[in-house]
Amino acid sequence: MNDLSPRPIRFVHQGQIRDVSGLPPTTTVLQWLREHAHCTGTKEGCAEGDCGACTVVVAETDPATGELKRRTVNSCIQFLPTLDGKALLTVEDVSRSAGPDRLHPCQEAMVTCHGSQCGFCTPGFVMSLWHSYETHAEPLPRPALADALSGNLCRCTGYRPILDAGEQMYQAPRVTMDMTPVRALLSDLHRTGAASLVYEGPNAACPGAVQRFHAPRTLSELAALRAARPEARLLAGCTDVGLWVTKQFRDLGEVIYLGRVDELQQISYSTSPSGAPCLDIGAGVTLEEAWSTLSEAMPALREVWLRFASPPVRHAGTLGGNVANGSPIGDSSPILLALDASVVLRHGHTTRELPLHAFYLDYMKNAMQPGEFLQSIRVLLPNAAGERLRAYKIAKRRDSDISAVCAGLWLALDGDTITAARLGWGGMAATARRAVATEAALIGQPWTEATLRRAQAALRQDFQPLSDLRATADYRLRVATNLLERFWLETRPDAPLPAAQAQVWPATC
Amino acid sequence: MNQPTEAFLTGQSASNAAPNAVTSPTAAGRPLPHESARLHVAGEAHYIDDLPELAGTLHCALGLSPVAHGRLLGIDVAALKAESGIAAVITAADIPGTNDCGAIVHDDPILAQGTVHYLGQPVFAVLSADRETARRVAARAASFLQIEPLPAVLTPEAAHAAGSYVVPPMRLQRGNAADAVAQAPHRTSRTLKLGGQEQFYLEGQISYAIPREGRGMHVHCSTQHPSEMQHVVAHALGVHAHDVLIECRRMGGGFGGKESQSAVFACVAAVAARRLGRPVKLRLDRDDDFLITGRRHCFVHEWTVGHDDEGRVLGAQVEMVSRAGFSADLSAPVMARALCHFDNAYWLPHVDVQGFCARTNTQSNTAFRGFGGPQGAFAIEYILDDIARALGRDALDVRLANLYGTTQHNTTPYGQVVEDNVLHPLIDQLVSESAYRARREAATAFNQNSPVLKKGLALTPLKFGISFNVVHLNQAGALVHVYTDGSILVNHGGTEMGQGLNTKVAQMVAHTLGVKPERVRVTATDTSKVVNTSATAASTGSDLNGKAAADAAQQIRTRLAQHLSERHGLPADAVRFADDQVHVGELALAFEDVVMGAYMARVQLWSDGFYATPKLHWNRETMTGRPFYYFAYGAAVSEVLVDTLTGEWKLLQADVLHDVGQSINPALDIGQVEGAFIQGMGWLTSEELYWHPQSGKLMTHAPSTYKIPTASDLPEAFNVKLFANRNVEDSIHRSKAVGEPPLLLPLSVFFAIRDAVSAVGSHRVSPPLRAPATPEAILDAVDAVKAAL
Repeated sequence: MNDLSPRPIRFVHQGQIRDVSGLPPTTTVLQWLREHAHCTGTKEGCAEGDCGACTVVVAETDPATGELKRRTVNSCIQFLPTLDGKALLTVEDVSRSAGPDRLHPCQEAMVTCHGSQCGFCTPGFVMSLWHSYETHAEPLPRPALADALSGNLCRCTGYRPILDAGEQMYQAPRVTMDMTPVRALLSDLHRTGAASLVYEGPNAACPGAVQRFHAPRTLSELAALRAARPEARLLAGCTDVGLWVTKQFRDLGEVIYLGRVDELQQISYSTSPSGAPCLDIGAGVTLEEAWSTLSEAMPALREVWLRFASPPVRHAGTLGGNVANGSPIGDSSPILLALDASVVLRHGHTTRELPLHAFYLDYMKNAMQPGEFLQSIRVLLPNAAGERLRAYKIAKRRDSDISAVCAGLWLALDGDTITAARLGWGGMAATARRAVATEAALIGQPWTEATLRRAQAALRQDFQPLSDLRATADYRLRVATNLLERFWLETRPDAPLPAAQAQVWPATC
Repeated sequence: MNQPTEAFLTGQSASNAAPNAVTSPTAAGRPLPHESARLHVAGEAHYIDDLPELAGTLHCALGLSPVAHGRLLGIDVAALKAESGIAAVITAADIPGTNDCGAIVHDDPILAQGTVHYLGQPVFAVLSADRETARRVAARAASFLQIEPLPAVLTPEAAHAAGSYVVPPMRLQRGNAADAVAQAPHRTSRTLKLGGQEQFYLEGQISYAIPREGRGMHVHCSTQHPSEMQHVVAHALGVHAHDVLIECRRMGGGFGGKESQSAVFACVAAVAARRLGRPVKLRLDRDDDFLITGRRHCFVHEWTVGHDDEGRVLGAQVEMVSRAGFSADLSAPVMARALCHFDNAYWLPHVDVQGFCARTNTQSNTAFRGFGGPQGAFAIEYILDDIARALGRDALDVRLANLYGTTQHNTTPYGQVVEDNVLHPLIDQLVSESAYRARREAATAFNQNSPVLKKGLALTPLKFGISFNVVHLNQAGALVHVYTDGSILVNHGGTEMGQGLNTKVAQMVAHTLGVKPERVRVTATDTSKVVNTSATAASTGSDLNGKAAADAAQQIRTRLAQHLSERHGLPADAVRFADDQVHVGELALAFEDVVMGAYMARVQLWSDGFYATPKLHWNRETMTGRPFYYFAYGAAVSEVLVDTLTGEWKLLQADVLHDVGQSINPALDIGQVEGAFIQGMGWLTSEELYWHPQSGKLMTHAPSTYKIPTASDLPEAFNVKLFANRNVEDSIHRSKAVGEPPLLLPLSVFFAIRDAVSAVGSHRVSPPLRAPATPEAILDAVDAVKAAL
């Protein structure tokens, strides 16, 4: 792969294949749209993937099925080279799909329901509504529609008319965008340039320097590239690294993008050495796919899935990225710790498996060696009758908010007695971490209120959290001990409370 | 759902048709979509950053102070200029005119000079052909600045303790509050913190300045106040107002944040454009927008109140301290409105309310929808809530016991008579339609059997004064042009920020001329057309500009009627304008034919229009007079579910009945009511501002850290209705202003949360719940109630 020569970024936009070169590799899709393609329908509201004014749809061919996959993403934090081999669809395409001087039903419904006031967030909502329209033949129930729109902020309307539009858009005769030309262009692209991408452009962070962006297509290619370039920056979903550029102006140096390696985007079922069923989730699997699969296997995780960032972020961000990034407030790690997940690390041709709790060393430090990368995450699925699992997230807002505290709580009960415990916590320490003393206080004890109180006391020994803008240390500790109480109320052998009596956002259990 | 009853509206507008004007259906009263809706949804509505850039355009970024307070010893301009891609550097020394853009008091430097007053204050500007290059250099501001740090005052409490204010303290008094409190059978007192709020307009601040010939400067500015931008830019450039043109087609939201605070950006862009002789665009990144500009003032209220056995307030002594920030900006009028809305909907016989605008080394706080009114009203609602709990009564009954009367007990503490109090029937209707009493019983029953989750219910009313508190601001102008093809172009001094002002103005022009609204287009606001305008603020946009535009249209109609009566030999009152036609006796003429005929007869087919709100007077010293033309009313019932283990909560249902008089456009009005409700709910719950306690840096400076409501925060049942009413004053179409008043409706959400927390202690303890009621604040209150039991 080292002998690949740099070539332009090639993607489909407005019925044409665009060849882009000469721009920094960290140019965002939004910058390209607005400043270079002069398509100003897509707006910048925050440049950090949190407001949705920049929402676009990226279409690509699913290597497994050959189908066209369409996902909403935040164009403000996606680097342009990540579009290579894909198609970019924007509000201008949606407008055109209904024919000249007409609006698409989702746009028409926004007009008749009075879903726009200042109008600045509107193109982003149109894209999320259109994506929902294209992916669902029937109107979504309102709560599900609200979840689908959780990545779009509107400061004017209060959302009611937009939710109305999401229902009403189905009342008009259905308008389906003809994707045949996009498919044809994508297959043209693949015929002429299916190979890995090496792109070179000016380094925006370092005037005069050249920045290189690699997008390998195969796992072995990636492994060799990574081994040869241990100092290069690995990039998966751009949902965090994107902000390093748009907000922190960091120099990423050479970039290796994982998003074009099909083998990393697979989920498979296997069996652990102990015979337990396992899920193997490739490091490039999106958060949306990973969490929907996990939630299907373990319905207790569903609420955290829905509250984890927003659809456009989950469509771009990856489970591997969330785990490897190792933020103390990432929502995957506490839950994966409770599930006793392990990480499969690869260097060249060799792989090694490490329990997740041994992966995190300290604040933003992990056990990965130079040249290594995260290949997959192995999750043990609960399979015994006595197991109890819950996932709780505490934040100021239900949707798309970073956790003050996030917890994955798992117990194995033999009758009334706790035989094993794994309590994963985020927001409580420099890394996501298990509560070792608390687990010790539980194991071998009956799952009673007295045991709960001892566990709560132990939890106060396990953690000394920080105060910051999201919560004080005191609240973090209090709410964490109270979450243990909620866990007990919901899972105690004697008269457990249904989730609807213990939570305002009850998880499905 | 939530559609107003159309029969009522069409019926009302028909019965209210001005004599000699129109018959139904008229353009006024119809729920027409926003004039730009089709452009919005297609991505074709142009905001300033969407305008094609002129050749040679430079992009500007601001270098911000890295400290909260300090002596500015030097800026390494040479090093900045040496940075790759930097075309120019602008500092205070480059401002040809006055280095000030203060709205009222002249204490707002455009670029820091001598002293830096807050972390985030613009100190210099860099320009580059590439926006990102400019931003990258500006982001390293600290390394180019030499600043000697000084002690910083970071909280309003600290500033108040030091007696440091941006304007002199204010006092609104009636009767003898001290005696009334002392002699009352019961007393209650408290200190209460109420957070501020970021406007979070989706389109950030932006100005695009284009140098014109001579001393001319044309600035496309996202602003609610083009005339003020014109003045500050003229002063900064040292030119006259007639040299500066400010244009604003639309804003992507304003909410008060682009009233005075668009000034610094307009000025920097204009100064740079003048210096360099090139177009300059200054579009802020969201984080910089948060760090530079101010927002809704947070308040600290302290009160002692005396009341009787029925819960009636006999006397209230209140001290309000606001976080003004480093300069005056609009803090004085915000505080004046807070003092004038402490009464909210209630008769308070003896009042002594003092207001202190505390000077802090933080962003200079400014206008935000409600303009102090919500903060003032919040205090009395909290007081009544405390009284209810002290007496063991439903808070609604205490609120009802204190409501303004209609024939007595109807004079505000500042001396204005509440002339059209509709609160009694409005609340009666809402109590009945929301089944408040039955739901109260149901909530009580639920709480008895629910150990973790508690339900809470609250009804809060509102009364909101409409007009600028400063009399001379209550004026507006408009131009109406009728072209020979029968199309109509309107220009007025108001600005469109999403509220639908242009739609309403177009409807009123169409209504006045009896034509279909499709004939009417409203153009961008432009200081070279209608001049000396007031900010589109204080909810007065439609009241003022609608009247001015209707006045202009009326003059044209009068001329057309005169022309037709002469031509047809009929009296002028035989000419009627309706149904997109002109009826002359038995004859029905197409509007465009009439227009063409009038043109041929050399009749003037365009007109100016003007409006000044009558009856207003205000004495700023004594804080008495009639500051408001009229009042708007409303009430809301909210029901919440609170998790007493975590402090998480959910709004289950909200029922709203709001008074917009006779609506010009019920769809837009409902949109304003609902939008304000959710926005105000965000203010009181999830939207928390957090300044670093040592550095003074605002840490919640983007949507990742500052959480405005999302679609899931909408209640499952949201029943919003307009109250059947018409303005007793001769307002435009007998409607009432709607921008700000409904922001008080979600006080009901806060007090429902407080009610649920109170249920933890069987309503025997008043929860010390602060605002915003984040999960942490709620859990703190839950734990305080438990501790007090």
